[in-house]
Amino acid sequence: MRVDGYGRIDRGVTVPFSFDGKRYCGHPGDTLASALIANDVKLIGRSFKYHRPRGILTAGSEEPNALVTIGQGGAQTPNMRATMQEIYTGLEARSQNAWPSLDRDLLSVNDLFQRFLSAGFYYKTFMWPRAFWERVYEPIIRRSAGLGALSGVPDLAKYDKAYGHCDVLIIGAGPAGLMAALTAARAGADVILVDENAEMGGRFLFENQVLDGAPAMDWVADVLEELVTMGNVRLMTRTTVTGVYDQGTYGAVERVSGHLDRPDIDAPFETFWRISARHGILAAGAIERPIAFPMNDRPNIMMASAVRSYLHNFGVVAGQRVAVFGNNDDAHRTAQDLVSAGVEVAAMIDSRSDISTDAADYPVYRGAQVIDTNGRKGIEQISVQTQSGVKQINVDCLAMSGGWNPNVHLSCHLGGKPIWNDMLNAFVPDPKNAAGLQVAGAAAGIFGTKGAMKSGIYRAKLVLDALGMKAPSMPLPITGDEALEATPLWEVKAKGRAWVDFANDITTKDIDLAVREGFGSVEHMKRYTTQGMAPDQGKNSNINAMAVLSDAMGQSISATGTTTFRPPFAPVGLSTLGAGGVGQGFAPHRYMTSHDQTVEMAAPMVETGLWHRPLYFPIEGETKWRESCDREVRMVREAVGICDVSSLGKIDIQGKDASQFIDFIYINRMSSLKVGRVRYGLMLREDGFVMDDGTCARLAAQQFLITTTTSAASQVMQHLEFVAQVLKPEWDVHISSVTDHWAQFAVAGPKARDLINQIVNTQINNDKIPFMGCGKIKIGSVEGRVFRISFSGEHAYEIAVPARFGASLFEQLLHHAKPMGGGAYGLEALNVLRIEKGFLTHAEINGRVTADDLGMGKIAKQDIDYIGKNAAMRPGLTRTERMQMVGLKPAGACKMLTGGAHLFEVDDDASRVNDLGHVTSVGFSPTFGTNLAIALLNNGFARIGEQVKMVDHLRKVTTICEVCDPVFYDPEGRRIRG
Amino acid sequence: MVELTANSPLDLWLPISLGHCDISEIIPQGITSISPFKANKNNNYTELNAVLPHKYPNANRATGKDGNRLIWMSHDTAFLIGPAPEKITAKHAAIVDQSDGWVIVRVAGDDSEKVLARLTPIDVRAHHFKRGYTARSMINHLNVSITRVGANAFDLMVMRSFARTLVEDLTEAMKTVAAR
Repeated sequence: MRVDGYGRIDRGVTVPFSFDGKRYCGHPGDTLASALIANDVKLIGRSFKYHRPRGILTAGSEEPNALVTIGQGGAQTPNMRATMQEIYTGLEARSQNAWPSLDRDLLSVNDLFQRFLSAGFYYKTFMWPRAFWERVYEPIIRRSAGLGALSGVPDLAKYDKAYGHCDVLIIGAGPAGLMAALTAARAGADVILVDENAEMGGRFLFENQVLDGAPAMDWVADVLEELVTMGNVRLMTRTTVTGVYDQGTYGAVERVSGHLDRPDIDAPFETFWRISARHGILAAGAIERPIAFPMNDRPNIMMASAVRSYLHNFGVVAGQRVAVFGNNDDAHRTAQDLVSAGVEVAAMIDSRSDISTDAADYPVYRGAQVIDTNGRKGIEQISVQTQSGVKQINVDCLAMSGGWNPNVHLSCHLGGKPIWNDMLNAFVPDPKNAAGLQVAGAAAGIFGTKGAMKSGIYRAKLVLDALGMKAPSMPLPITGDEALEATPLWEVKAKGRAWVDFANDITTKDIDLAVREGFGSVEHMKRYTTQGMAPDQGKNSNINAMAVLSDAMGQSISATGTTTFRPPFAPVGLSTLGAGGVGQGFAPHRYMTSHDQTVEMAAPMVETGLWHRPLYFPIEGETKWRESCDREVRMVREAVGICDVSSLGKIDIQGKDASQFIDFIYINRMSSLKVGRVRYGLMLREDGFVMDDGTCARLAAQQFLITTTTSAASQVMQHLEFVAQVLKPEWDVHISSVTDHWAQFAVAGPKARDLINQIVNTQINNDKIPFMGCGKIKIGSVEGRVFRISFSGEHAYEIAVPARFGASLFEQLLHHAKPMGGGAYGLEALNVLRIEKGFLTHAEINGRVTADDLGMGKIAKQDIDYIGKNAAMRPGLTRTERMQMVGLKPAGACKMLTGGAHLFEVDDDASRVNDLGHVTSVGFSPTFGTNLAIALLNNGFARIGEQVKMVDHLRKVTTICEVCDPVFYDPEGRRIRG
Repeated sequence: MVELTANSPLDLWLPISLGHCDISEIIPQGITSISPFKANKNNNYTELNAVLPHKYPNANRATGKDGNRLIWMSHDTAFLIGPAPEKITAKHAAIVDQSDGWVIVRVAGDDSEKVLARLTPIDVRAHHFKRGYTARSMINHLNVSITRVGANAFDLMVMRSFARTLVEDLTEAMKTVAAR
């Protein structure tokens, strides 16, 4: 119901929206909650466990009941709080956790079985029979658990993330926050002021307060105008600080476009901010706490402050005949404000008996308590235990207030625990351990307006002092400083269920039960009952639950203590946390210079260490990858193939100590390498296992160029920097990655040199560039490098030019290769070629192999130290029964070899205990007309010539194999030296 | 004789203007990585500075200007963005040609700070990150060098193979900023 003359909404404009398919109207400035109250909608959702009818409890982000789903399909967002969701034209909201409808929810039958659904029921109830666990119980529990559902289709909305920086972050723009911001900003500090509401002002938005003789919101408007014009203040509304992290880093979620009917197509739904602040001031206010009285969960039982908020900010009240139940003076403000607005206050029930009621123009029951309520889908009647007996009062709305809980959460995110204050009956932040925050206003337990504003100034001055800035003189507006007089009342002891945690359906009985069953520690009680574990994170329930628990345990609240406060303060969507990680944003993409041509040639691409590399280059008539792969292998063996190998790591190492540095990182000797020569090398990790392999070319006396595998390039670079900076800082050596500077192409096959000689200015030959030689080449005016190295076993080169010429060189190579019967080859053919030749990759260098296991032990230096040398001599790494690299070929009727298959003795059962090793690489060799494999086999070197059984348990393949030397192709190396 | 032609991964990608932000590729005359050897470090770069067009920069600083700028890049390394200095030799420093290893994208315009604030944790606001300041940081996932080169202009450098991801990330951020 709207109340004339109240509210800050624009009544001249109507905003149509729908709830559960029914159309309603509200006004700009309304939240979904206020607009539904205006339309007399009381029933908003069903409770989590018992599916009890629920309405709106609060007017803020702590709302436990009124969670709704907004939007449809990919734009659907579940669990949105109706109290925070602003309405816009066409807003579609739906209730949750009800089937078939909110009004007739079949699962409300749970409420009848509440006796069986008490705390910890799922630990006791679904135990037998065991076979039912997965097939029956789990589906049922899963179906009935949870609130809003995901749409099942990808989220269409955009999300982004951003970084903010400031001297002072002020969290909350109420009386204390605004004062703090003004103080800090006037001193010249960089300020970020955030508030989770659509407008700044905090409690001033929701109360009829007066500052300097004028409405408080006039003062707020003046302050905001000043802050906006200063230039050193960033004002962020609709922004919730969700977590405090180390070194002044804060997480915050900004709701950017969820309140707009037609947002820009590129506008994010939400932005996840990481704010880095030198200092923080917490002025997040306080949350009013409910009272646990029997049947306190019916729709239209609301917080007393929420009733005032809806009246003053939105001009709505939830009922025409309202009762107020409280233990403090604030509750009387609700009664007073309602009477002033012309709403009937049927009763003011105050649990205190020592209060004066002379001034009240509504019936006051002193020393009274609400002991029961009635009304199916909304409250209709309350039972009040007065000093003269039980009285039934008909009401359509009940406002309750059990006092206030300071919002201490953020001050505890770094492990601090709040301190119980007996005067306030509340936990307040520990000033010595408040996550580096200065806490001001109601968040610090200073509930009066004047005190809150004063504390805002004081905390800002402390911050300015620490920043070395001079604090300005700050006059305080004239206002009252009403102290909050309250007598604790947590629980009304009467018959019936009294809810403590509305969101997770936890009653006082559940907490008592937890204590009886031995879960009396606050952390145990929380987990046993699930109190505080719902989306509201216990904002409404924690302190009451601790009080009830303390009572049951017969100890003080202070002795009970709180559970651990962890981020996020308010729910954060996973899509918001993962902002930017969708589609192309998931990971960076590295493209080689031949990329565009490769894609044009219809080569399917694969990602290896972020690089996009072609698998094969299909030509007309080829429909299966094997056809292309086989052709490319034959092409290399018979003519010439071109493969972009630019993704392999290239590292330039220079300095007078470069050669001893190189010796230190490779197991084999490199210092003896002559200028213009290349050597294959193996690197170990500190633990003695192989890290990577590659080539090392000596370009000058004090300059080397080493190559790494594609995926290990950054690991090797990091390793080398560590060695240079930490292990050998005394050596004069510098390391630079030149991977991206050079476009490098393998030219492999018997016609490789002929092809190269068609494009270089000066011909190369076996004398100039012998096998494992390197040198300079010139193509037109472009200087490049040539390396006579081979990963295929063929006469092969790698030629490199500055990357800007890469695409052009690729094109020229292809152009000249075509008449020679050559062309491009991809990773599939590259893999088959190297398996035929027995060359290794990271399929074999799996992090658990030693140089000996790979048959490379013989190249290791004996005389001088190198990384991993000593660790590689550990007994476990040198015994002969280790898995060693061998070749495999089919020897029985079955010719199939599969990667990852395990090896067994021919007569052994193919079970784990008999495992002898596994296949690391496999490929069909068109050269030999059979499948070939490389494997790691126990004591493999000694078993060459013997047979083993390969079993692939996943693909159901069993093949008898012959163990052989891994070098199948040209073992004498005649072709490679060509 | 075969003559190779030069291209850039961003040839068809840049420039882009969106809202109050423009991005374009800067193709320098060259990029030379200079890592002074110990003797030069120990004598405070005196010999090195004698052959450089500008003073060897301190950490997180750049010297020089457009067309000839020295940018600190990492521990003991600076990049000279401009023609390679003729007199410099391996006696002074490890010299590595990086002309094709890195691409430079200039982010300019009134919203350039806001766009970067969506991608990098570095505080690039003018009073914290002045002209001549440089930093190694991240642009989304990318390892990047950021240098302020003007009142509303920054040069970002990434390894060449990442160039298109950089442009994709910047474009996304430009769209989001423009949409607000």
